Amino acid sequence: MGAWQSYRLRLKRRRWRIRAFRKRREMQPLANRTSRIKPGDILLFCTLRNEHIRLPFFLKYYREQGVNHFLFVDNDSTDGSGDYLAQQDDVSVWHANASYKKSRFGVDWLNWLQMRYAHGHWCLTVDPDEFLVYPFCDTRPLRALTDWLDASSIKSFAAMLLDMYPKGRIDEQPYRIGQDPLEIANWFDAGNYAISKNHNFGNLWIQGGPRSRVFFPDKPAKAPALNKIPLVKWHRSYVYASSTHMLLPRGLNLVYDEWGGEKASGVLLHTKFLDTFAAKAAEELTRNQHYSASVEYKAYAASLQDNPELWCKWSEKYINWRQLEILGLMSKGNWA
Amino acid sequence: MTVGIVMLVHTALGRAEQVARHWAASGCPVVIHVDKMVPKKTNDAFVKALSDLPDVLFSDRHRCEWGTWGIVAGSQSASELMLEKFPQVRHVYLASGSCLPLRPVQELIDYLADRPRTDFIESATTADVPWTVGGLDHERFTLRFPFSWKKHRYLFDRYVNFQRKIGYRRRIPRGIVPHMGSQWWCMTRQTLSAILQDPDRESYDRYFRKVWIPDESYFQTLARQYSTNIESRSLTLSKFDFQGKPHIFYDDHLQLLRRSDCFVARKIWPHADRLYEVFLTDAAGAMKRTEPNPGKIDRIFAKAVERRTRGRPGLYMQSRFPNYGWENGMTSGPYSVFQGFSDLFEDFEPWLAKATGARVHGHLFGPKRVEFAGGESVMNGALSDSAAIRDYVPAAFLTNLIWNTRGERQCFQMSPRDTQDAAEFVAKDPNAQISVISGAWSVPLFKSNRNFADIRKEAAKLQRIENDFLDIMRNPNAKARVRIWTMAEFIEAPMEPLQTIIDEIGHRALRRLSEVPKMAELAGFGQFLQNLKNQGMHPYLMGDFPVARDTSQNPRKPRKPYLVQ
Repeated sequence: MGAWQSYRLRLKRRRWRIRAFRKRREMQPLANRTSRIKPGDILLFCTLRNEHIRLPFFLKYYREQGVNHFLFVDNDSTDGSGDYLAQQDDVSVWHANASYKKSRFGVDWLNWLQMRYAHGHWCLTVDPDEFLVYPFCDTRPLRALTDWLDASSIKSFAAMLLDMYPKGRIDEQPYRIGQDPLEIANWFDAGNYAISKNHNFGNLWIQGGPRSRVFFPDKPAKAPALNKIPLVKWHRSYVYASSTHMLLPRGLNLVYDEWGGEKASGVLLHTKFLDTFAAKAAEELTRNQHYSASVEYKAYAASLQDNPELWCKWSEKYINWRQLEILGLMSKGNWA
Repeated sequence: MTVGIVMLVHTALGRAEQVARHWAASGCPVVIHVDKMVPKKTNDAFVKALSDLPDVLFSDRHRCEWGTWGIVAGSQSASELMLEKFPQVRHVYLASGSCLPLRPVQELIDYLADRPRTDFIESATTADVPWTVGGLDHERFTLRFPFSWKKHRYLFDRYVNFQRKIGYRRRIPRGIVPHMGSQWWCMTRQTLSAILQDPDRESYDRYFRKVWIPDESYFQTLARQYSTNIESRSLTLSKFDFQGKPHIFYDDHLQLLRRSDCFVARKIWPHADRLYEVFLTDAAGAMKRTEPNPGKIDRIFAKAVERRTRGRPGLYMQSRFPNYGWENGMTSGPYSVFQGFSDLFEDFEPWLAKATGARVHGHLFGPKRVEFAGGESVMNGALSDSAAIRDYVPAAFLTNLIWNTRGERQCFQMSPRDTQDAAEFVAKDPNAQISVISGAWSVPLFKSNRNFADIRKEAAKLQRIENDFLDIMRNPNAKARVRIWTMAEFIEAPMEPLQTIIDEIGHRALRRLSEVPKMAELAGFGQFLQNLKNQGMHPYLMGDFPVARDTSQNPRKPRKPYLVQ
C-alpha cells in the first residue's frame, strides 16, 4: 500500500471520528450505568429498533458467555425496548430518534460510545439477532478467548454471519419471548460462500448463503456481505467503517491468514428469519432506512410473497461449533 | 531430603498462592520471586497472605521482561536463598505461578529421591533443534540485543540486520558451548550450587546478560559444565505454539491432563477453576485412575500448530484466504474434467458414472445454468445452480463444490460452449485431471439441422474458444494432469485413452473395461468438415479427417456398441 492511499484512509478515519463526535448529541441517555464498568470488563454494543421480543434471550445468552456490561442505542422503539433495557442492572441505554440511515446505520452512534467507553476493553458489537459462536464456546467463557487473544497479541476476531432459517415456511412457528430462536431457525447453508478481497481496506468480502441463493439468484453482487469482525480490543482511535464488516486502521481487518494457515475465527448465528421477519421487512420498506435504498428488503418482500421458504434438501441442521469447524465455516486456529 | 520449589510469579497471584500452599503442605519449601513490575501494594498483600507459612520465603525482586536477563536474575536469587535457608533440599524445581502439579507431590519427592544425582534440564546444542522463533538460533549468542523484541520490534530487526551486515560477532566465553532448552528445570543442589558459586560466574553473567532469551540458555549451558548426569528433558509439561508462546490449559483439558503422566503442567488459565480444584484438593485421585496416555496431548497441540501454519487443503474461508501458490492444495481433492467426450459419445455421463462410481455432472459451467448430476437444482452445501451466482466468483464455486463433496470424486464436462472463466484455475490445479478431445464440439453442429452459414459462424467461434482453452492447458504454468487428443486420433483407438482415464480415477479395482460408451454416428463427418473448408473456415483442431475415409468405412455401418476383451 502506498503512502498516498495510507494517507487517504487516515483522513477517512478522522472524518468518521468527527462525524461520530457530532452525532453524539442525537443520543439521550435513558440509563447510564457506565460508571460500573471495571477495567478489563468485556463490553457489548448494539443498536436496535423494536426488538423487545428478542431481548430477554439475547441478554441471557451473552451474560452466560461472560459479557460484563451492555451498551445499547435504542433507535426510537415503540414496543418498550428502551424501558425494558433501562431496568437491567448491567445495561446502559441511549435513546436516539434521528435517522438511522444518516447515522450510517447506527455506526456513528456506536463509534462515539466506543470512543468514549470502550478504550482498553474487549468490545463485542452485534445486532439483537446475532449470536456469537467461537471455538470451545461450550466449555470456555468469552474471557478465555479474549485472554488468549491478548496473549497472542491479536486485536480483532472475525466471526462470519451465518444466516439461520427454519424448515418450512418462515412464518410457520411463532417465536415466543425468551425462547431460544435457534429452536426454530436451526438450519443453514454449509458451503456456498464466495470470497473476494477488498484491496482498499484489506478485508475479505464474503457473500452467499440462503439470501444469495433465494433472494438474489440473478444479482449475486447485490447480496448482503457476511464478513464481520465483531470482537475488537478497542482503542479510542479505531472506527468501524461500514457496519461491523470492516474497521480502520486497516490492520484490524487482517483476520485471515494469507500463507495457507488458518487463524482462529467464530461465527455469528443470524436468526433474522423468524415469523417476526415479514412484519419487520414490511416496516423497513416504508421507512426506507436501510442500506442501498433497502434493496435487500425489496428483494425479500418480492420473494416472500410467493414462497417464504429458505430450506432446501442440502440445508444443514445446526448442532454445535465443532460441526461448523469441520464444515470449514470457522476455525480453531492454533487455539487448542 | 526433599524438593525445593523456586516459583517465578508475575500475574494471577491468587492462583500462585494456592499452588504455593499446596507445595508447602506436602513439605516442600518454596521461594517465590515476584516480578518487579507487580505494584508494591499487590505484592505486599501477596506476601502477607502467605506469611502464615514458615517455609515460604520471598527473594529479591527483579524486573522480568520477556526475553531479557531479569528472569535469570530472579531464578538466581531465589535459588541462592533456597540453598542457603533450606539445607534439607536436594533438588530444586523451577516453576512458574501458572504451573500446576498434576501428580501428588509425594510422588515427585520419591521420584527424585530415587535419582539423587540426576539433573532434569532440557539442553541441546543450537544446531540440532528447530525450536527457535524468528530465525535466531546461534545468533542469539553472538549478536547484541539492546532493543525489546515485543515493544520495539522494528528497531530489534533493524539492529540485527545491521550487525549481520557489518559482520559483528560477540565472543563466546572460553570453555562454553551454548545449549538451549525449556526454561523449566529441576537440578540437584550440587550442580546448582556449582553454577551459582562458580568463580567465573561474573564473567558468564556479563556475557549472558546480553544474550537473547537467556532464560532458555543460561542454566542449560552451564549445567553442561558441572553436571555428572544430565537427563535432557523437562519434568514440566509445556507445549509451545508456532510463535514460541506456551499453549494454555483449560477446564476441558482435564481428562488429557489426568492421563498425561506428568508431574507439573504449564501453563494453566487462571480462571480454570475446575483444574485447580481437582488437582489441588483431590491430589490422590487426580491422576491415578486411568491409563497414562501422554501422547494425546502432543497430538492435539501438534495438530493445532499444523492447522495454524498449513491449514486444511482446498479450504477458503473467513480466516484462511491464501495467496496464489500458498494454498497447500488449490482444491481439497482430485477431480476430473472432460471436454469433447459428451459430444462424441451419446451416453458418456451415465457410462462414466457406472464405470467409476464417481459423481458425474453435466456442464457445470453451462451458459444458462449449472448442470449438476441428476439435474439437481441445489448441490451439497446448498450450492445453487444459478449461473449468475457461479459466474460471480467462478473459482469459489468450484472450490466449494470440491470441498463440499470431500470423499467423493467429482467429474464434469466442459466445452467451448460453456463460460470459460474457470479454465485458468483448473489448469493450475494439480488436483485436476483434464482430458480433451479437441474438435469434438463440431459433432453436434454436424448433427444439427441448421443453415450452413450459421454452422460455419458457430464453428469458427467455437474453434477459437477451444484454441484459447488449449493454450491455457499447454501453458508451462499449468499443473493439472492434462491429456489432449485430436478427434481423429481419438476415434482411431478410443479404448486405450478411456482405459487410462478410468484407471487413473481408480475408484474400482483395476480391470479392463467391459463396456464402452456409444459413439455418435460419424458417417459423412469428413465431408462436413470439407464443406466447412470449402466455405473458407478451416477446422484444424479435430486432426485429419480424409473425406475418403468415410466412404471406405461405409459398409460397416451402423456402428454397433463394441466389446473389448
